[in-house]
Amino acid sequence: MAGSQWELPPELCCRPMAFVALTGLDVVYNAVHRAIWDAFCANRRADRVPISFKVLPGDHEYPKCRTKRTSYEWYIPKGIVKTGWMNKHLNLVPALVVLFYELDWDDPQWKEKQSECATKVEIVRTSLQGRNTKVAVVLIQKKTPLPPGEDLVASERASALCSSCDLSGKSLFVLPHTDHLVGYIIRLENAFYEHAQTYYYTEIRRVKSHKEFLNKTTHQLLFVRHQFKMAFLSELKQDTQNALKYYRAAYSLVHELRAHETNMLEIKTMAGFINYKICRLCFQHNTPLDAIAQFRKHIDLCKKKIGCAELAFEHSAWMSKQFQSFGELFDEAIKLGLTAIQTQNPGFYYQQAACYSQDRKQMAQQFCQYVNSAIVGTTYPSPDPLDTQSGGLDFYGQRPWRQGHQSIDPTDPEKEKLGILALQIKERDVPHSELIIALLSNAVAQFKKYKCPRMKSHLMVQMGEEYYHAKDYTKALKLLDYVMCDYRTERWWPLLTAILTTALHCAYLMASVKDYVIYCMELLGRASTLKEEQKSRIEKNLFKVLMNDVPEAESECDQSSVGAARSLWTDRMALSGSNELMVEMQDYIPFIQCKARFQSPCFHVDQPIQLQVFLRADCPHPVSFSKLTVSLSNQEYNQWCVVESSVQDHMTLLPRKPRCYNFSFVAKTEDVGKKVEMMGIEMMLGSNSGRCVFLSWRGAGGDAASTQEALQASRSSRRWGRGNEARQELDWDSLTMQHSTMIISRVPRICVQLSHQPPALTNEMFCISLTVQSQENVVAKDVKLTAGLKPGQEAGLGHTTHVTLDGSSVSDDNAPALLTDVPLGDLEKCVYMRCVSTGPRIFLFHVAYSIDTAVEGRHIVCKCHKDETVTVETVVPFEVLVKFVSTKFEPLEQVAVDIPFLLMTDIRSSSPWPLLLSSSSLQLVTVTSNTPPLQSQLQQVVLQTGESASECFCLRCPPDTSSSNTVATGQYVISWRRKYSSADSPLIQTTVTLPHVILESVPLYIYAADLPSFGRVRESLPVRYHIENRTAQVMEVEIAVDPSDAFMFSGLKQVRLRVLPGTEQQMLYNYYPLMAGYQTLPQLNISLPRCPTSNSPALRRFLPQRIFVKPQGRQPDDASIAAA
Amino acid sequence: MAVCIAVIAKENYPLYIRSVPSQNELKFHYTVHTSLDVVEEKVSAVGKSLADQRELYLGLLYPTEDYKVYGYVTNSKVKFVIVVDSSNTSLRDNEIRSMFRKLHNSFTDVMCNPFYNPGDPIQSKAFNGIVSGMMVQTG
Repeated sequence: MAGSQWELPPELCCRPMAFVALTGLDVVYNAVHRAIWDAFCANRRADRVPISFKVLPGDHEYPKCRTKRTSYEWYIPKGIVKTGWMNKHLNLVPALVVLFYELDWDDPQWKEKQSECATKVEIVRTSLQGRNTKVAVVLIQKKTPLPPGEDLVASERASALCSSCDLSGKSLFVLPHTDHLVGYIIRLENAFYEHAQTYYYTEIRRVKSHKEFLNKTTHQLLFVRHQFKMAFLSELKQDTQNALKYYRAAYSLVHELRAHETNMLEIKTMAGFINYKICRLCFQHNTPLDAIAQFRKHIDLCKKKIGCAELAFEHSAWMSKQFQSFGELFDEAIKLGLTAIQTQNPGFYYQQAACYSQDRKQMAQQFCQYVNSAIVGTTYPSPDPLDTQSGGLDFYGQRPWRQGHQSIDPTDPEKEKLGILALQIKERDVPHSELIIALLSNAVAQFKKYKCPRMKSHLMVQMGEEYYHAKDYTKALKLLDYVMCDYRTERWWPLLTAILTTALHCAYLMASVKDYVIYCMELLGRASTLKEEQKSRIEKNLFKVLMNDVPEAESECDQSSVGAARSLWTDRMALSGSNELMVEMQDYIPFIQCKARFQSPCFHVDQPIQLQVFLRADCPHPVSFSKLTVSLSNQEYNQWCVVESSVQDHMTLLPRKPRCYNFSFVAKTEDVGKKVEMMGIEMMLGSNSGRCVFLSWRGAGGDAASTQEALQASRSSRRWGRGNEARQELDWDSLTMQHSTMIISRVPRICVQLSHQPPALTNEMFCISLTVQSQENVVAKDVKLTAGLKPGQEAGLGHTTHVTLDGSSVSDDNAPALLTDVPLGDLEKCVYMRCVSTGPRIFLFHVAYSIDTAVEGRHIVCKCHKDETVTVETVVPFEVLVKFVSTKFEPLEQVAVDIPFLLMTDIRSSSPWPLLLSSSSLQLVTVTSNTPPLQSQLQQVVLQTGESASECFCLRCPPDTSSSNTVATGQYVISWRRKYSSADSPLIQTTVTLPHVILESVPLYIYAADLPSFGRVRESLPVRYHIENRTAQVMEVEIAVDPSDAFMFSGLKQVRLRVLPGTEQQMLYNYYPLMAGYQTLPQLNISLPRCPTSNSPALRRFLPQRIFVKPQGRQPDDASIAAA
Repeated sequence: MAVCIAVIAKENYPLYIRSVPSQNELKFHYTVHTSLDVVEEKVSAVGKSLADQRELYLGLLYPTEDYKVYGYVTNSKVKFVIVVDSSNTSLRDNEIRSMFRKLHNSFTDVMCNPFYNPGDPIQSKAFNGIVSGMMVQTG
């Protein structure tokens, strides 16, 4: 990877862990050793102590320790931190060397083995001469050890071994090779860890002790170095708090160094390293705000430290790296659980890193230009000033050609120049765009995560631009295209224009005709904020492409690419075929606007359908097109909606002048009741000879911006003030689109009149007569009538309404509610409706006919229809009241068997029209008529509104009626019609069900049979009482007659008699009335001695109580007195 | 003093945007546009907690290396954005607030103009004058 010069060294970025070397293990051939090693290095989870283990041979040579300096007096440091130092302590100099040795306590050759072990320890010690590294011995044993103190041999031999190896007891370990290997290993490594910590502790102390020898003038670099070393060793010791403290101290010391051009890079490099460590530790300590604050401080301090002006790009590269690595640290912390927010997330750092990379690129171009221009010579200097003998640097951040040099001026100006030149030449080959794009895409990913869609779009634009600079036009266009619509919907025109301009450059350079045309169109459109002259140039280019010509190069493209593009275009143009391009307009804001409308939301089929297409060009020069077509939902109409170039003038759009194209066509009669919609509008630019572009609008035109504009126009109050102007010139914005129209049937010219006499009466044949009158100029054919209940009313209404054309008889219940398509011979017709239930109904009369007519010279047969509706209320014609009364006209609650009674009916008219009652009859059940059948008393009676008619029938319940309590009595049928209806109109039968009666049987029936209807004063009035026993027992009856003032009488005053079952006794009294008027007859007191419960009034109820007594008749001679 | 002042419609398209002529105008457009992300977020957060509703000043939206971007949103969701140079440390929060207040007053005057159609770009000279007074004077 290029730019590796700026990468942070891996030893800086890793997490430092204590280094422990294991020797005496043969991991290749010895299975036991292999198992031990695996237990050390496998499965190192977070709960294990942080140690990095390494297996080394017993005679491994550790780095030599330089002789310790006793005085710093004459020492002048050559740099801040050596490049090898961190790696040395991470991987080369162990904190502890562990010697593994197979030895059991009861080994037969104990002595020999002990001395061999001591030799091995000695070898290791020699190799570590001068270092504080600890040594430990682990005995690998086959036997499980006894508990401490029990094995006397063991403790004795252990102390012997310790003394022979010069080890402390704490450094000798036993590792029984048994089942619990991992458990032993974990205990071992904890012990190792303690030793390592002690080692690092002493190391830190040692470094710290140097401090007193230093002086501020010559040893400034050492102050930084020592702080850095202590911090790093603290990290190895896992003491991050102190590490952070030392790093912070180192950081402030670094900035106290005298900075000049020669050491600026070294200072910045070290500051960067230390800053990285501080930020990393802060994140680790979960204090992200400290990390951010440190980073800000770092940037503020270093921003202006540019260093060598000719290598300014290095500073930008370094800054970029600072931001990038902070972003990475931040991101890593988030992955470990930190939460970031919209305004503080890694994306900002990546973005800034990209920004500095862009600066770097710019500066690189600027400085390396003269390298190209061959003044100094473009050849890379030889010998290579960047080459060092060791292949690397001794100190971080120094120049390879003057390592260790710490004075203010460069030693050799010539060498310096060559060095700079070499760096510049190298910089020229760095793939800057690649770096920038990688950083931007990192930032995009972050902003996507933290809900910053606009920031994301902005970065994607930058990525697109970078791809453009890197000459990867396809990728550039893909990105730009993707974000363009965001800016379009957000209506940020200046930004959209800028993006489109870049996109146009790309399209030009890759000679993509379609893209080029689209971008041109949009850049010429009203959303573009380009200046007129630029638009004019673009328009000319667009027309060149349409003429199949090579467009002029875009400005700002570099010359070499333009050459390549030109040849690409020539190739493209030479290719024949595929000269047609189709561009969908509603996704863009093109330079030609289109709005179309039907003149009206509906048209009658006998009118021509009128359609207008408005076009307006926003470009600076007039545009001509060769064809305009509208496609409609019924394709048969499309042929009428085409304009093709016959007259050139007609097809030219002047800048910002709306132009209207009118189309009209005749609808098909089949389409009546259907919608005609505009599916699309297509306009052809260019010609078949060159290249043609079809601009296609969906529906009735409009593009990505027109909805918003229409909304804005509708809000505009200025419309009112502009009323007069608008008449002369169309106001484009307030023009509304009408994308569909309805074809409706021709207006009928007939007159339908209805005459009827509402309300309708229930069950009657209600007649509505219909008169049709034509006002057409020609013959109306196929006149048809549909009449009846209007559909869509209450659900049950259809079953209670019956319609017929035949008024002579009452329609049955099967007659339909709506008669359809009745041929109408005459122009007058009666329709009869029978409504079974009351309530309002809407009746529909639909008269349809067809007629020949001509529209614009075309003959068509139009179907017309006229609807008339009428609402009719249905009411009950009359109410019937029925009651049962006794022969004495007293209301009856119960009917006595075999005793006559009366049925009274009362018909009360509620019809507004006079009713003629034709007849009435009874259809009896159970009961029978007591009289021979008679003619109806109501025959031919006419009832006006509110009048009543009554009838009376004498009935009797036959004696053998089974004594079920309530019985049905039958029906009362009335035949009637309206009085003023025609004589042949049918009679309507209305049936009234008679009420049920409760039957009772009477045991003793006492009645007066032949009582005359009146008596006369002082004339004898014989009354015969019948006493009938209807039981199967002998009845004993006592009868007494009360005296009365109005009558004298003869007969038995008091009698007691017996009546045999089924027989009757008669008693005759001769009454002699004394007073005229209604007189109460002498009362019979009847009692049944055997049956004390029976009472006299109940037995007496069938007897007459009163009688009218007329005064004595005058003698004929009295008349003369009267005359006198 | 500001280097860029913008008025953004409720639907997030610019009604007025003006920046110091010396610098890249497009860059300011992008800065203002991207700051709308934060404005949207803040406005939707205010909707949730009713307590703070009367506070129109949104404060510092986000700091970039070079600029500080401040936001303000009116009750009708028209946004004002002021961009200030990062190096300009003398400017206090109070001063930014008063700039926004002035801007809001002037904007209200624009809206009161019967000939101004809400939603159209602002072309008022008076408004322009107020904005000019708040911008960094160059040359």
